[in-house]
Amino acid sequence: MAQRPTQPRDAVTALRRFGLGPKPGDVGKIAADPRGYVLGALANPALARIDNSPELEPSPAVFAALEEARIEQVIIRTFGDKGPAAVVVPAAKVASATMAAPTMVGGEPTAVKPAPRADQSQPVGKVRRDALREETFARINRAVATDTPFLERLVYFWSNHFCVSITKGPVRALAGSFEREAIRPHVLGKFSEMLSAVEHHPAMLIFLDNVQSMGPNSPAGVGRDKGLNENLAREILELHTLGVDGGYTQADVTNFARIITGWTYGQGEMVTAADQGRFIFTPNRHEPGAFPVLGKTYAQPGRAAGEAVLADLARHPNTARNIARKMARHFVSDNPPPVLVAALEKSFRDTGGDLAALARTLVNAPEAWEPPAAKIVPPFDFTVSLARGFDLKTPPGEMNRLCNVLGQPLWQVTSPKGWPDNDDSWMGPSPIRERLRIAEQVAKTLPPSADPRTVLADLAGPAVTEHTKLAVARAETRQQAFELMIMSPDFMRR
Amino acid sequence: MDTLKTGCREHLALSRRQLMAGTTSLALWCLLPKAAIAGTRDPRFLTIVLRGALDGLALAAPVGDPDYVRLRGKLALPKDGAGAGLPLDGFFALNSAMPYLAGLYQKREAIIIHAVATPYRARSHFDGQDVLESGLPGVAISETGWLNRALSGMPDAGKTEGHKGLAMGAVVPLVMRGPASVMSWTPKANGLPLRENTVERLMDLYAHTDTGLAKAFAEGLEIDRVATVSAQPAGAMAGAPMMTNAGPAAPKPAPAQPVAPAQPQPPRPFRDFIDTAEAAAKFMTTAGGPRIGALSFDGWDTHANEGVITGQLANKFGGLDAAIKAFGEGMGPAWKDTAVLIVTEFGRTARTNGTEGTDHGTGTVAILLGGAVKGGRVLADWPGLSDANLYESRDLKPTRDLRTITKGILRDHLGVPDGALASSVFPDSAKVKGLDGLMA
Repeated sequence: MAQRPTQPRDAVTALRRFGLGPKPGDVGKIAADPRGYVLGALANPALARIDNSPELEPSPAVFAALEEARIEQVIIRTFGDKGPAAVVVPAAKVASATMAAPTMVGGEPTAVKPAPRADQSQPVGKVRRDALREETFARINRAVATDTPFLERLVYFWSNHFCVSITKGPVRALAGSFEREAIRPHVLGKFSEMLSAVEHHPAMLIFLDNVQSMGPNSPAGVGRDKGLNENLAREILELHTLGVDGGYTQADVTNFARIITGWTYGQGEMVTAADQGRFIFTPNRHEPGAFPVLGKTYAQPGRAAGEAVLADLARHPNTARNIARKMARHFVSDNPPPVLVAALEKSFRDTGGDLAALARTLVNAPEAWEPPAAKIVPPFDFTVSLARGFDLKTPPGEMNRLCNVLGQPLWQVTSPKGWPDNDDSWMGPSPIRERLRIAEQVAKTLPPSADPRTVLADLAGPAVTEHTKLAVARAETRQQAFELMIMSPDFMRR
Repeated sequence: MDTLKTGCREHLALSRRQLMAGTTSLALWCLLPKAAIAGTRDPRFLTIVLRGALDGLALAAPVGDPDYVRLRGKLALPKDGAGAGLPLDGFFALNSAMPYLAGLYQKREAIIIHAVATPYRARSHFDGQDVLESGLPGVAISETGWLNRALSGMPDAGKTEGHKGLAMGAVVPLVMRGPASVMSWTPKANGLPLRENTVERLMDLYAHTDTGLAKAFAEGLEIDRVATVSAQPAGAMAGAPMMTNAGPAAPKPAPAQPVAPAQPQPPRPFRDFIDTAEAAAKFMTTAGGPRIGALSFDGWDTHANEGVITGQLANKFGGLDAAIKAFGEGMGPAWKDTAVLIVTEFGRTARTNGTEGTDHGTGTVAILLGGAVKGGRVLADWPGLSDANLYESRDLKPTRDLRTITKGILRDHLGVPDGALASSVFPDSAKVKGLDGLMA
């Protein structure tokens, strides 16, 4: 691929289009080799991970906490929430949960809806809220602090591609661990590995209803009025792999749904301790027989047929095309250059879905660096970029609230398709106006000594739009200068 | 697609001219408006898009169909007792979670249209919604929706002086996107007024650098102004500021709203939707405000534990019913000039699935209601639910093209000419005739 000489605007492109916005000094620091800076983020895949900790529990532990809370709830409902509840709920547990509240927040966090409930009578709700809060804070803190923001952007891209929503029951408690377990370890791995991790994860099996699906002719299904649920099979084909125009039929959906009956997670007394809260295959619910998907019949016994379908989907050329289009649209433009899409598609196919190679192809493509900066910075990234650029110490709960106000509540997509990836969706008049309110708040917190012209030169670099420069320089007050800077196309688009 | 592209270019060209020359250039478009109607009526139209594929057989149940109970099992409405449907025409019964709609039906202000579908025949929500909202005959990428394109063909989009269309929600739904100007509003928008000086400077910056942001931001400001008004009780709207500075028309006091007897509060999750519907009525009754609106209500994808009689879908119906009520009562005297069309992208399987839910299907219901509607009937060329009559052996077979309804409303209620309906509004649809007699 022909390398293109570095241009003055490239440093800002590297930090915004492929990042989460510059921190003070970043633009100058990377000016000599912006592309090398972005590619450098790919050197250490471990940096994409967020490890388990006492606050960030792995999914099986979250399930265990939910189950414990469920039992508490039953007891409380049976015996009432006065008096005995204090005895029933282990005091140590209440204490530790309280201490887990974030200490970086001044006052009560506003991350979760400020509906102070009688937590003791709603233990399940409390477990869900606590897990969601800790995961939300961890994700935001990582975004603000990271020195490899391209990795985070890849995480967000894939997390949105394989989205789950906290509006679906226990997924509220699992959305964060899902991202840490199924997405982050694989953003520089193979697509097939990420696909497999996602479709086996309890959060996805719950979100798209596969845990409820049962083969009508399975041992458990015969003679019962329970049966197939096509939701997961359909969305794997339509959204996760081939794409809506990917050439599958309704029969493929139904057959694939049959093939993955029995894919669920372990819960209850019938399941060993080791399997609790983890993927299990239950032969009892599995539809017997061999079924064709996309013209190929899968006769493998048990879970092997489903694994084989996933493996075939991961290397299907239509998957490569679907991913290539989506990635180019996400990073570059609503209407990306066809040559860029073609390069990504070829990379995906040639490397068998190597996602690190795919990311390198994107960054090495000259078209990916071309102006104009077209894409509107979506609310989460916009909020993060302000914290990074102005070195704000905004509590993560407040940042999360701002994402809600701007229309992108974290892990709360309204459909399995994920957040829309076109500019119009983020350009609603009310949210754009709300950005100015946020800009006002940010400008108010900056030290009075900060010179907007210096800050602009530092954050927007030598390629800043002349009009933005003038507007900032001529502003009536420093505060107004910062407001205009934040609202300028140089900050709003990437 | 070619037709549409050409049409859109014309519209765009027009709206630019309009911007420069003011509203009089509407005459250039001049598709012979029904002059007699303009001036005497002030018709209003709201469309509500229910995303996720509404189960039509759960909303208006064909209790007279011999196969209904067999297919539906636990999801069938009982003939009598708790959860029994509210009688419509003997053959169909309305879900008991929708008493207000039943009342409108009794007052001949609601039509249930059954076994209806868009031209879309596959089962992807997103493609289905695209076809529903774009007005195209099939799946294709479209940046504009039929309602927006129809605005350009309306001889007099009410007494609108600023934006012709109204979109409720942070994101303008596709059905309302397009060349005609649209204001959108979200209920969360509140706070102190922005500093005028900063606003002016920012508008100036955008004017030189970014037309997209300029447009969005300008609309955000206008909406702020109206929202400030809307946040007050209806009675306090006298002297409301105009939508835009254009036009000399004096603001009219909004008429007093009838007070409804107290009803039990709807489930909390639907409160936002109900408030939004109520706010839509405020915008659509403001002097000079938009007369044509769109809003959407998500979450109808009931794959499991559907809860037709009690449970998730029944609750959802209750929320929708309360929203209809809030909107209807909010319209006040303008209700007599109002039509509301409630649509969804497709229906659900006729049979209950293995998880007491239903999967993506085809035929479903649409609802047309309002004071301007000739209601009190179920419009259905009923295909029957016997196995042989199901579409692809699984879904309610569609026997009516939803566009016949939409076209009938746009033509008879809003005066959009047939020519525009068959080309720019619903491209390549000349053979799909608008239904006569929907409006009173």
